[in-house]
Amino acid sequence: MTDTLPLSPRHEQLLTRFREGKPIALARAISEVEDERTGFQQLLHTVMASGPHAMRVGFTGPPGAGKSSLVASVATSYRADDEHVGVVAVDPTSPYSGGALLGDRIRMNEIATDPGIFIRSMATRGSLGGLATTTKEVVDLMDAFGFDRVLIETVGVGQTELEVTAAADTVVVVLVPESGDAIQAMKAGLMEIADIFVVNKADRPGSARLVKELRQALHLRAGSAMRDIPAHHGVDLGAALKKERTTEAPALEQGGWEIPVLTTNALTNEGVDELLETIGRHRTWLEQSGHIETRRRERAEIRIRDVVDRELRRVAWNSDVARTLLDDGVDAIAGGAGTPYSVANEILAALLR
Amino acid sequence: MSTIEKDLLGRAELEQAVRDRDREIAELKAQLAEWEESYDAIPKRDDLFTTVSGREVRPLYTELDRAESDDHTDSLGVPGSYPFTRGPYPTMYRTRLWTMRQFAGFATAEETNERYKYLLAHGQTGLSVAFDFPTLMGFDADHPRSLGEVGVCGVAISSLADMERLFEGIPLDQVSVSMTINGPAIILFCFYVAAAEKQGVDPSVLRGTVQNDILKEYQAQHAWVFPPEPALRLIVDMFEWCSENTPKYNPISISGYHIREAGSTAAEELAFTLRNGFEYVERGIARGLDVDSFAPRLSFFFDIHNDFFEEIAKLRAARRIWARGMKEKYGAKNPDSWRLRTHCQTAGVTLTAQQPENNIVRVAYQAMAAALGGTQSLHTNSMDETLSLPTEKAVRIALRSQQVLAYESGVANTIDPLAGSFYVEQLTDELERDALALFEEIDGMGGVVPGIEEGWFQQEIAASAMRQQREVESGDRVIVGVNRFTEGSGKLEIETLKIDPAIEQRQVAKMAAMREERDAAAADAALTALTEACRTQENVVPRILDCARAYCTLYEIRAAMEEVFGAYKEPVFF
Amino acid sequence: MTDERKIRMIVAKPGLDGHDRGAKVIASAFRDAGFEVIYTGLHQTPEMIVSAAIQEDVDVVAMSVLSGAHMTLFPRVKALLDEAGADHVLLTGGGIIPEEDVEALMEQGIGRLFGPGTTTTTAIEYVKEWFAAQHPA
Repeated sequence: MTDTLPLSPRHEQLLTRFREGKPIALARAISEVEDERTGFQQLLHTVMASGPHAMRVGFTGPPGAGKSSLVASVATSYRADDEHVGVVAVDPTSPYSGGALLGDRIRMNEIATDPGIFIRSMATRGSLGGLATTTKEVVDLMDAFGFDRVLIETVGVGQTELEVTAAADTVVVVLVPESGDAIQAMKAGLMEIADIFVVNKADRPGSARLVKELRQALHLRAGSAMRDIPAHHGVDLGAALKKERTTEAPALEQGGWEIPVLTTNALTNEGVDELLETIGRHRTWLEQSGHIETRRRERAEIRIRDVVDRELRRVAWNSDVARTLLDDGVDAIAGGAGTPYSVANEILAALLR
Repeated sequence: MSTIEKDLLGRAELEQAVRDRDREIAELKAQLAEWEESYDAIPKRDDLFTTVSGREVRPLYTELDRAESDDHTDSLGVPGSYPFTRGPYPTMYRTRLWTMRQFAGFATAEETNERYKYLLAHGQTGLSVAFDFPTLMGFDADHPRSLGEVGVCGVAISSLADMERLFEGIPLDQVSVSMTINGPAIILFCFYVAAAEKQGVDPSVLRGTVQNDILKEYQAQHAWVFPPEPALRLIVDMFEWCSENTPKYNPISISGYHIREAGSTAAEELAFTLRNGFEYVERGIARGLDVDSFAPRLSFFFDIHNDFFEEIAKLRAARRIWARGMKEKYGAKNPDSWRLRTHCQTAGVTLTAQQPENNIVRVAYQAMAAALGGTQSLHTNSMDETLSLPTEKAVRIALRSQQVLAYESGVANTIDPLAGSFYVEQLTDELERDALALFEEIDGMGGVVPGIEEGWFQQEIAASAMRQQREVESGDRVIVGVNRFTEGSGKLEIETLKIDPAIEQRQVAKMAAMREERDAAAADAALTALTEACRTQENVVPRILDCARAYCTLYEIRAAMEEVFGAYKEPVFF
Repeated sequence: MTDERKIRMIVAKPGLDGHDRGAKVIASAFRDAGFEVIYTGLHQTPEMIVSAAIQEDVDVVAMSVLSGAHMTLFPRVKALLDEAGADHVLLTGGGIIPEEDVEALMEQGIGRLFGPGTTTTTAIEYVKEWFAAQHPA
């Protein structure tokens, strides 16, 4: 797929301007990938060849937690340190109309014309998780473009949690006092994926209680038999996807990462410095403990699976044979002959011949 | 006759009266039942039969609807007495008609000054200043953000010098002036007081209003400068200073107009406005002010939309709700504190660009509703305002509409003529109930400021706006000339007002000259003192007055305060 | 819902005016019609709008101008879009804009602008037709 086909001339030109650091080229490249236009995977293959180096931070949590404002504060602070920042903000596509209202840019009006920040709003476009496969690919594009930091802001519902760990090195889970209690956070699977918890709008009533509950819940986990496994890997991404692991994780450093619970007020910027410092500390830990490699391996594995799944689906349903058998099969079932299983068998047999 | 016999006779009469009454009601019910049968049997025309707010309107209202309402003396009363349902004053238009106050302003102070003199000559009885966007947002005409917007939809006032030009030849001790400005209101107010000073007019005789209602800006109009808490502090500073220095002046006009124009329903307009008003009262009380020292000068500003009866009922309900709140909750003792006085403006949002002459008719009906609702002052829109600022001719017709209403229609002859109408009293009660329910919701969120931070107001308003848009686009809600009766809706044939683009350069030049001529040291000193005052609890009005007299510009003064208060970061909600 | 290419659009309020009822109604309506709408909020400068248009690689920029400053704002944004290499973007919008100004702006390469009373359907049809003409099947 990738080595056999060269880049189209259009993509060659695009790539040249991309490598020159032209934002408009990044924007175009993102559209190519997001729309899965012809040759997009070849384009990704080419830009990803140099490997990841940006520090990727994902922000997830329930709607209304103030993630956008927090991301804006964090981005502004990184800019103050003269770092180049890419932001991907994801909002849900309406299942009824297929359209989307992407409103995260608004929180970032102050940095809107800063040439060192690039903000891209994306809609989930029918993906059930909070991030489409293409969202993760867009993050890779931004990394390849040369940003020091890539911030990912997700929708915060459904299976976002797993998705965002596949895109980010550090996952920040943002809650607000109205989010409910820590038990709900645990049920939602947030305990397993968070590297850092932030209680935003910390001036609201109930925030101290939520912080306490979260800390208690985290200590419980840490005190359990799972002590040796860093909390970040409470969910074994590899195992979540298949029964057997075929890859061996490298030897883990001693000492886990203790998940902190921070408080912020995104409107006044209180607590943001501490959050940045904590993100920095997590990054250092990832590198020193070797977990950064584990994470990247898992990301690569998930990506390979995603892409293969995507291609298989595409190949299958682009095939005239398959579509014909499908239509005929549905007619047959309506007429009382056959079941979805017998039809599927026929299609598979035809494709795998 | 013995007392006992009289007593028994009295009781017998009473019992007879009750039996008579019961019989009347039974008869009415029977008649209604018959009527309902005929009503149901006859086909109806295709219509929603709702108000623009979406409130269902029944085909018939009767005495029976009133039977469940409050006791009449408690809720209706007489004009000029608690709870003021029938009007804030005992004599209303029998003593003095509502003030005919047409909002005006454009280009430079000189041009607007001419328009004011024109309006006064044509019988307008009070002035109302419309500022341009840079001024509304606290920017000088020569600020880079003002490019292209100077004088375009209001008058450009960047300093005391402009304010002096605006009122040149207009005696401020005789003409009441209303200024529509919010974010930087306190600054423009000080320019006005200083301009009056220059005319030799003492502040104690000044009459007028400054809108200065920041809460509705966060909710609807979005012309803010500072964040909520400092903005509210400035407003209370004005309450304090004005109650001592300008006792005839209204330091605030608590507004529903903008909330309604942004898309809310009548009930939302009513509830949000009054709840904002109560919030200001609470802030004044929290400062340690005696409620009766500032509440009498709180004034209001409502929209007059298309549904004739709903708007009348809305004003009546507003007076009653305000009176009850002020007396029972906030313990005000002075009846002036219970009395809601309001300016009204016909709804801009109902004007159409198609067949603009129809707007004259819309405005006439809306003006009538305002008069029947008991407004104290009224602005009627001009027919061409969907296209641009009004021409002289259009503004004259709008003013004449009020004059015909006042002098020819007879509605001003008697007070609150619709009182007792089964429908209007029912509507008044319903609006009051709806508003109280919304108060509960707002209190549940912790009050107005938390509601604003959550985006609750903004979302409610946007949802109502969307519903109304759908009604119009589906054709369920008819707008003449737009979605029905469109013959004649072609290209516009009327003249519209054009603003000379050279205005901006002239204004910039004037400002440069002023900066040259003024005492730079005095200006700097005044600004520094202001910034310091912002850090403390000191009332900043005297400091801003000093800045005004030193010819500091609007932006300079705003920036001096922003150093301490910061600028508002808008959370956006759909 | 089809697999058609999504049309991406910015809805912006340039200048100092904060009356956003129309802009929000348009943004919601276009979302309901299947567009991906990036709402940039109030008080946008032309530079902010164009920067967003480039980063978001939009097909359409729609501005709401009620303040009368349209003869300055629309041409300025058009110039910046062209300068940035985004001259393929449709610049449209609405507000209080007299017909003769609409025509004058169209002569400068700006798209059709819509005044009061325009239905959201009309605006949506206009943009869809424009897009179809740019991307013949």
